[in-house]
This record gives sequence, C-alpha cells and structure tokens, in this order.
Amino acid sequence: MSETINDIQNEIIEEFSMLDSDMEMTIEYVMELGQQLPEMAEALKNEDNIVKGCQSKVWLNAETKDGKMYLEADSNTAITKGLVSILVRILNGHTPQEILNADLYFVDKIGLNRFIGTQRSNGLGAMMKQIKIYGLAYSAKAE
Amino acid sequence: MAQTLEKHTLDIQKIRAQFPVLHQEVNGKPLIYFDNAATNQKPKRVIDALVKYYEHDNANIHRGAHALAARATEAFENTRVSVQKFINANEPEEIIFTKGTSESINLVASSWGRKFLNPGDEVLISTLEHHSNIVPWQMICEERGAELKVMPINEAGEIIIEALDELITEKTKMVAFNHASNSLGTINPVKYIIDKAHAVGAKVLVDGAQASSHLTVDVQALNADFYAFSAHKMYGPTGLGVLYGKRDILEKTPPYQGGGEMIKEVSFDKTTYNDIPYKFEAGTPDIANVIAFNEAILFINELGKENIAAYENELLAYATDKIAQIEGVRLIGTAKEKVSVLSFEVEGIHHFDLGMWLDAKGVAVRTGHHCTQPLMDHYCIEGTVRASFSVYNTVEEIDAFIEALKSTISKFKK
Ligand SMILES: Cc1ncc(COP(=O)(O)O)c(C=O)c1O
Repeated sequence: MSETINDIQNEIIEEFSMLDSDMEMTIEYVMELGQQLPEMAEALKNEDNIVKGCQSKVWLNAETKDGKMYLEADSNTAITKGLVSILVRILNGHTPQEILNADLYFVDKIGLNRFIGTQRSNGLGAMMKQIKIYGLAYSAKAE
Repeated sequence: MAQTLEKHTLDIQKIRAQFPVLHQEVNGKPLIYFDNAATNQKPKRVIDALVKYYEHDNANIHRGAHALAARATEAFENTRVSVQKFINANEPEEIIFTKGTSESINLVASSWGRKFLNPGDEVLISTLEHHSNIVPWQMICEERGAELKVMPINEAGEIIIEALDELITEKTKMVAFNHASNSLGTINPVKYIIDKAHAVGAKVLVDGAQASSHLTVDVQALNADFYAFSAHKMYGPTGLGVLYGKRDILEKTPPYQGGGEMIKEVSFDKTTYNDIPYKFEAGTPDIANVIAFNEAILFINELGKENIAAYENELLAYATDKIAQIEGVRLIGTAKEKVSVLSFEVEGIHHFDLGMWLDAKGVAVRTGHHCTQPLMDHYCIEGTVRASFSVYNTVEEIDAFIEALKSTISKFKK
C-alpha cells in the first residue's frame, strides 16, 4: 500500500515539529527540501506552467499516467522552490480525484501561515489552487 | 551629498524611545526596521494626538456651531499652516489635503490635465518614477491624445541632464518627476529641471514622497507649480497626503471630485465652487489624521531637518561602505546625491530569499520592484533588496544587518 495524502502530510508535520517554530530553522529546512526536488525539464518551464500570484516565479506541470497525476515543479527562488516541493511530495502519484478532495491541513499545522506571511501564503495558496485545477481537468477527462 | 556632512547633534536613543513600535522582537530577534521608504514609524506624540482627538474633540469641521466643531476646525486648519511653513508655500490656501501622493498626482493629472492637455501636447516624466507618477499621466495622455515622454538615466541612476534640451520643447506642457527616487535614493536636480520646463512654458509637478522627511523643501525657491507628498512617509499617519499648488494655477484648475465642502452654492441648475483649497476637498476630510500630522511636522521641526539629513547621510555612508565590502553584492543606484536608500542585489540569490532570511533575523527590508517596474527594466533586473533609514535607526542596527546579510549569503554558498 502506498501512503495516502494524509499519511505524507502527517509525516511532514512531524518533521517540522522538530524545528521548534524557529523561523530560521524552518526556512533552512524548507530550502533543503527544495534542493531534493527532482529537476524539472527546461522545456516545461514555459509561460503556460507559470503559477500566477507569487512574488517569485513558480512553474508547475502535471501529467497523468495509469490514472495517477505526476507533478513537476521549479522556482527561481530557493524558499519558494522548497514550498512547492512540499506540495509535490504530498500530492505526487495520487489520482486526480484524491488530489481534488485533499484537505491540505499541513499548512496551518506547520505554521507556514504564520511563518511565510500573507503574500507568501498567497503564493502557496496559488500553487495549491493550480494543482487542484490540474486535478479537476484530469478527473473530468477520466470520466 | 547634498546636505551638510557636519556631525549631527541628535540624541538617537532619546529619539528611539519616542517610537513604541521599535521596541519589540520579531521572530525572536530585536526588530530592525529598515523599510522606512515604504512608510516610517510614528512617534508617540502622533499616536497620542489621534487618541486625544477622538477622546476630546471629535466633530465635523467648518460647519458646526458648537465648541467641539470649533476646536476641531482650528486644529485642522493649524496643520494646514504648519504644512505651508514646512514647505515654505506662500499661503495656507495653496495646501490641499489628499489621501496621499498618489491621489495628489491623480488630482493634477485628471483635473489640470483634462483642461490643459490637448492632442499633440507632451507630458515628460523620468525613468526613475514610481508607478504613481507614471500611470495617472498615461491615463490622461491617452484620454487627451497627448504623448508621454521619458527622461533617461545613466548607470548610476541619475537623470541625464544633457538629454533635456531635446526632450523639453514647445510641445511639453507638463514635466512630472520625483525629488528623490524611492528605489535608488537619487536626489534629482529639481531646480534645474523646473527652470528648463518653465523656459518653454510647461508646468512642473514634483513628487516629493521620498524627499519630505529627508530634505529641506522650499516650493517657492524651487518655483514648483505642484508638489506632492504623503504624511505616512514623514512620521505621520497613513492615508493622508498633501498637494501644494500655486494659487493662480489651482484657481484655473477645475475641481477633482464633487460633494460637500467644495461648493459655494448648489441648485439643481447650477453649482458654484468654493475657493481653494476647499474646492479640492470634497466631503468630510480625514480630520483626525490631519490633526495628528501636525505633531509629525513638529517632531521633524524640533529635531531640525539639517540634523536629520546629516545623521541619515552618516548612516547611508556607513552602510554603503560596509555592504560594498561583501562579495557578490551589487549596489543598484550609486548617484552622487542620495537620500538614505540602499538598494542592492546579491549575485546568485533571489531578492525574495534574501528578504525572507533577513526577516527571520529580525531585519525588515523591502524586496521587489518597489512600484518602479520600468526602472527595474532599465537595469534588466526583476527587483532589489532595499534598506532605507530614518532618524531612529542606528549604526549598531546597520552592523547587525550586515552580519545578517553575510550569514544569509553563506547559506547559499554550500
Ligand atoms: C516616490 C514615490 N512616489 C509616490 C509614492 C506613492 O505614495 P502613496 O502610496 O503614499 O500615495 C511613493 C510611495 O511609495 C513614492 O515613494
């Protein structure tokens, strides 16, 4: 059995809880996670895949294979790249329907709201919205 | 630097003590507030004046026949006189209260522009402008069939004076530019440009948003036709600004908005307008903020603009020297004359990441394009990190900022 979306969220919440709500350690860890994000093909970093609503540039691409959605992402800033990598880690390889239904409670739980500030959580919000839109598009196609 | 570099005589710790907001921790670190060009902090006396007004004097002005109305009106009009003296306007009637620099510029573009701009006319701005001094002119130019022209700048971020001979012509009707740049700090040769514009009969609007708390402003000596600035960038309340205009020009300029206060007599057939400044102040103004703004002006006056400028120049010179020693740092804006704005980028690190890290270390800076996208395009960059200093900042804070910056940069060198 592969992990559910909530299993992975809980794992992430656990990891961040060890950072003691320290802003510097949190950012450092977010950046580390970003470095582990698999490289995105240059060709996918196009206008269509740009997520609107972030101060920095974020590209997100989604494809489906065997009924599951696979995400690729990148950003021109290290912190945003880390943030989007968390989303990819949580949502990658799930069905469009699961992604559509996902309740992404980890954001509040790991204090990203508090830490990242409004503008940034808007950026995170915009990324989540974009992934859901992909999910919606693919689940409609599947029917 | 423009201002005297004599040693300041200010007691900075005593000044800091007057700013409640400075005494807090952010992310577990003492707050270092270096986002002063966006808005600076308010001394206790400004905050107290707001509270006092609401607790004791609240009344609508210019109309009531009672004691509170009289007190509020007097305090409100007192600020107008303070502002008049602050920028050495000829008379208080030349001072119009607005929501801010943006509204002041919009007022001129829309009211003066609609009447005096015609097809084929030109409006001249500069590459250094804030969007607030670009977009209103674009809008009115489009409406009136006029053309928008732009003064170029050199690599240091200074207007190229030699280009003005070709740009300022008989077609030029308005020249609008800032006294000091919010993104780079450049202080512009205001008097020189005004004289050049007047020589062809053009009017001049100076955006003084970044000058009002740093430089001595004398609108008569400058011979500016309009001068705009915001209270919140000079230790005053948010949402309040000033438009200065010469009496004869204001009298020929049609009203901006209609409503109460701005009329003499109203019938359904015809309305006659009030005299300046009321002609331009439709509706109940921001009475509380105007009254509290007086305290901000007194705060500056009591410290002395020359002292403030001398001290801020020391901070800027110190910070510029320190930051220039950090490898990979590129200063954006190296004009000979600057207000206390330090804009920079660091090779290989996005300004957003730098801003977040600095914030984590308690240092508040601004990152991004600073509402000057065309200027960023000029430098082929997306944005900068901007640290800007006010009179309550200290050399120790700059040291802490430099350390924070160095340690941030080291995180990216792994
Ligand atoms: C040079 C300049 N012009 C105009 C503005 C706009 O001022 P306000 O937002 O107070 O209307 C600013 C503020 O950022 C500024 O720095």
